[in-house]
Amino acid sequence: MKNQFGIWIMAAAIALAGCSSTPDQPEDAGAYDQDNMGQSGGLNGQGIDDRELGQANSLSQAEQRDAALRQQLTVYFDYDSSQIRADFLPVLDAHARYLRDNPGARIRLEGHTDERGTREYNIALGERRGEAVRRALLLRGAARAQLLVVSYGEEQPAVLGAGETAWAKNRRVVMVYQ
Amino acid sequence: MMSRILIPVLWLLCAPAFANLEITITGGQVEPVSVGIVPFQIEALENLDTDVARIVETDLKSSGLFAPFPREDMIAQPSRTEDVRYENWRALGVEHLVVGSIRRGSMGNWLVEFRMLDVFRGTESLAYEIPVSASGLRYASHQISDLIYQKLTGHRGVFNTRIAYVTAEGTVENRTYKLMIADADGYDPRQLVSSREPIMSPAWSPDGRQMAFVAFDKGQSAIYLQTVSTGVVRKLTNFRGINGAPSFSPDGRKLVITLSHEGNPEIYELEIASGNTRRLTNDPAIDTEPSYSPDGQYIVFTSDRAGRPQIYRIPSSGGEPKRLTFEGRSNARATYSPDGRFLSLVHQSDDGGFRVAALELKTNDLRVLSDGPLDESPSFAPNGVVIIYSTKGSRGAELATVAIDTGIQQGLTQPGDVREPAWSPFNK
Repeated sequence: MKNQFGIWIMAAAIALAGCSSTPDQPEDAGAYDQDNMGQSGGLNGQGIDDRELGQANSLSQAEQRDAALRQQLTVYFDYDSSQIRADFLPVLDAHARYLRDNPGARIRLEGHTDERGTREYNIALGERRGEAVRRALLLRGAARAQLLVVSYGEEQPAVLGAGETAWAKNRRVVMVYQ
Repeated sequence: MMSRILIPVLWLLCAPAFANLEITITGGQVEPVSVGIVPFQIEALENLDTDVARIVETDLKSSGLFAPFPREDMIAQPSRTEDVRYENWRALGVEHLVVGSIRRGSMGNWLVEFRMLDVFRGTESLAYEIPVSASGLRYASHQISDLIYQKLTGHRGVFNTRIAYVTAEGTVENRTYKLMIADADGYDPRQLVSSREPIMSPAWSPDGRQMAFVAFDKGQSAIYLQTVSTGVVRKLTNFRGINGAPSFSPDGRKLVITLSHEGNPEIYELEIASGNTRRLTNDPAIDTEPSYSPDGQYIVFTSDRAGRPQIYRIPSSGGEPKRLTFEGRSNARATYSPDGRFLSLVHQSDDGGFRVAALELKTNDLRVLSDGPLDESPSFAPNGVVIIYSTKGSRGAELATVAIDTGIQQGLTQPGDVREPAWSPFNK
């Protein structure tokens, strides 16, 4: 019974990790967690020692928190800036941990800008953002060979249209697991 | 009488039909000169599809400098100088009258003959005979427009040149990018390249036979060189990182480009024949968008080494950069006018808008020529009269031109996003 429970938690974690190729949506990621927690409680709530349940939960929560953070595949930037905002550091921590624990994993870092500024300058700015994310991941334990920076500048907006709402969504680095 | 032969442009075969760019005058104030273009008399048994006089009329009107006299209001439609009654045209306020005819030549070709008459003086100001094939009649018409334009403005006409541009169609997830070339009047758009990933920065070789551009493969950029007449594409560089912003040297043997494989974006010279590269800048800031002066002595480029993007100049062999722009928030993507007097550039005003401006190098006088808010990719037409650029219109990105002397603005629109215009050199 204990073993079964452990396997179920592993499966849930793998399922979560498998979703990391979907577009980043932090709110949905949270909803995912709650559903899975509810199901696992319903399936495995009987005949398990309280102390052991506590240990298993603390491990799975850390895993699930990291998996949830790794669902966030996009880092957003301020206008004409390649500074990584503090709110994205936990996300980069989680990805760096995964890269460190999985030496075979590879990420392409795709730098993007909003439509303001000239196109070739924006290609350079997108690369600068990609490099900023690359440096942050290297500092956190990823290896050089795991990371490749490319830049699309303003050529591939996530959202069409003008105005700060659209622009803010387009100033980004997308982490694409290979 | 002078006679010139027009060589028709070779085109890719079997290209599908694309929407024409539609040209309209959108701004600027000049009292237009009244010209009468009388329908050319066809002295042959068969009919011709090409209405030479109509094409000339449309060309001249599109410049914003001329008001063609309506064909339907013409009292007479003479085709020879001796049949023209000047007093009638004077009464109608027509200042210049163009008459002509098209007849069979001895070699199965066509001979287009035309005269331009100064109505007030009662004299001939132009007389030409142009031999062409039937398929070349459109280009002969543009050639007539060029000759009239040059006679009346002192500037060489650009009606027989072409414009390259990039289109983007589809949704965010599913976009198609195309590198296109159309006649300067928007006619006959042809596709040079198509890709699911971005195509950028088209640049004509000085002889107009080749086009350099940037394309992507899974985010990795590369600079390509395409022969326009055959469509054959050759990859020139695909270093790790940025391969961007190609621009030809005046002799056509080299490109200046942006590469970042040595750490950050720097300006490099690329010898096309050998593929050898040489670094011309070395700064931790972004250096990009290089462009040669017409005499080949200098290269201007964009750098944010002082914080915001500004224009700098170096000798084309490399050397200490000299900053050229100081006005507004930022200035970027400079290219020289054909006479070397001006730079066209993207000027970010203090209100944050991006506008096309011309910087006169001798006086440092910066003239803002467009009203933004997101104008970009400016460069000069080969006669230096207008700057072509892209602007965000109601239907997405559109092309536009602005004349640096008169401020006359022209819009070139078609459905979908059209951007990154590059005007061809003159036909040699």
